[in-house]
Amino acid sequence: MSIENVPVKGLNSAEYDQALKVTCQPDLQYNWDNGIGIGKYLQGLKNGVILASVCEKCGRIMLPARSFCELCFRPVDDYTPVQDSGVINTFAICHVNWDASRLKPEEPRHLPAVIEIDGASPGMGIMHILGNIKPEDIKIGMKVKAVWKPESEREGSITDIRFFEPI
Amino acid sequence: MGYRKVAIVGAGLTKFVRRAQETGPELSYLSSKMALDSAGLKLKDVDMITLGTAPDAFDGVHMKGEYLLSGAGGNNKPYIRNFVGGGTGVFAPIHGWMHVASGACDVCMVVAEEKMSSCHPHPQGAFLTIFDHTTEQPLNPTLIWIFALEMRRYMETYGLTSEDIARVAVKNKKNAMDHPSSQVAGNFSVDDILNSEMLAEPVHRLDISPASDGAATVILASEHVAKRLTDKPVWIDGVGWNLDTSYWATKDLYYPRYVEKAARMAYDMAGIKEPSKEIHIAEPYDPFDYKELHHMEGLLLCERGQAAKLTADGYTARDGNMPVCPSGGALGVGNPIAATGLMKVIEIYLQLKGEAGKRQVPGNPKVGVAQAWGDLMQVGTVTVLRR
Repeated sequence: MSIENVPVKGLNSAEYDQALKVTCQPDLQYNWDNGIGIGKYLQGLKNGVILASVCEKCGRIMLPARSFCELCFRPVDDYTPVQDSGVINTFAICHVNWDASRLKPEEPRHLPAVIEIDGASPGMGIMHILGNIKPEDIKIGMKVKAVWKPESEREGSITDIRFFEPI
Repeated sequence: MGYRKVAIVGAGLTKFVRRAQETGPELSYLSSKMALDSAGLKLKDVDMITLGTAPDAFDGVHMKGEYLLSGAGGNNKPYIRNFVGGGTGVFAPIHGWMHVASGACDVCMVVAEEKMSSCHPHPQGAFLTIFDHTTEQPLNPTLIWIFALEMRRYMETYGLTSEDIARVAVKNKKNAMDHPSSQVAGNFSVDDILNSEMLAEPVHRLDISPASDGAATVILASEHVAKRLTDKPVWIDGVGWNLDTSYWATKDLYYPRYVEKAARMAYDMAGIKEPSKEIHIAEPYDPFDYKELHHMEGLLLCERGQAAKLTADGYTARDGNMPVCPSGGALGVGNPIAATGLMKVIEIYLQLKGEAGKRQVPGNPKVGVAQAWGDLMQVGTVTVLRR
């Protein structure tokens, strides 16, 4: 077989702008139910507590909370509070938005991190964002603690934790 | 085990471009017609068809398998779509292998298509909903976050520098200059990569493969059919696939253990005991430059943490001891997700046949491995080919 002659007409920007095309912009809305395990987790956040699930068979204390242990394939035994502090497993300093548009120079950079939460099983991390820190000062292994919204503003969302800041 | 032998007997590939004028069905038709011609077969000779294509959100077409049916030659045949995110392109031939190895049919056509350019303002936005809708999406994540997080963890674990990583992009973009399908080939320096726009530290723009449109097709045949069609069949000698947890932040991102599990499954089937010695050529998935290194380690082609050094030493160059991504990979040829994985399988196929033209690696390779990866950094798909 030879692939020396591979067709397909690539359009440059000017050609693309002039090409005939049809545009569709559907405006759909989804309402996602919390479910049982995540429902508990969100209720915990509303109360200012990070709740983990406990499986007594494998001994794991799992985040985010879940209603069944996916390894032992049985219901979890309990939900238990863990600490609202942890260790940065990894992080990024992001200059773009979700749709690949660029942050303006004056906008703060997005600082996502994987944070291993104290009191959960080793390696049990959640994704969240960092705050009250200069991007250049962030280090893997740094201890951080949740900064919660005031109780009156909490609504049972992962954003009830505003961000994690260095201890 | 009681599998029938399965050979690749034909292949077709379109150009990879940023915006194709052709529709998805037209892209699929072009690669499939080329593959049939190369095998000396007509559509009527094909018993069954499997089509791999990534999220519906790229095309904005909900029943994407059905949308692509005509171009994939599937009308009134046993036809099915397969999908495991970015791992789809190497899973598609595994799925085709199941059709033939099981004895369900003698000739199966495997098509992989992606048309990402339909999605605006940028196909990256279509990835928003891969994140958990309740615990992650409210944080306004973007796809690059997870790669930046994984790349940093990998670099930190082994003390790698941005230069170590960028050498992969330099190599692959240069290799792609010899590939007729290439979208972003070129002679770049490490400095060019590191001076490109910083998107999400440590990821630069040129550390990333582009969004692309394109299609690829291979024809699979059982042993008795393959031997009628060609003197040089290339056998699918082993296949493996594996998915790690969707709770992606709960696993250590420095090592893709799911790729290792998929690789071990494929190597066991192929009777490969020492992959770093018995495999001559590799096409790991390289949507980001660090992923090639990550995947070389997951594929057990080198010790953990050694892939960057091997790259710097020229071990993975086209004329090195183990050529890695001699096609030019996703970083050079382009990255129409599912089509990229199958492009990699086609590269191994051509290299083993000695028909890779200017890209042909020296040393008469006999065994090669192609691999793809995707979803929430959790799926590995692996195919071993042998001539």
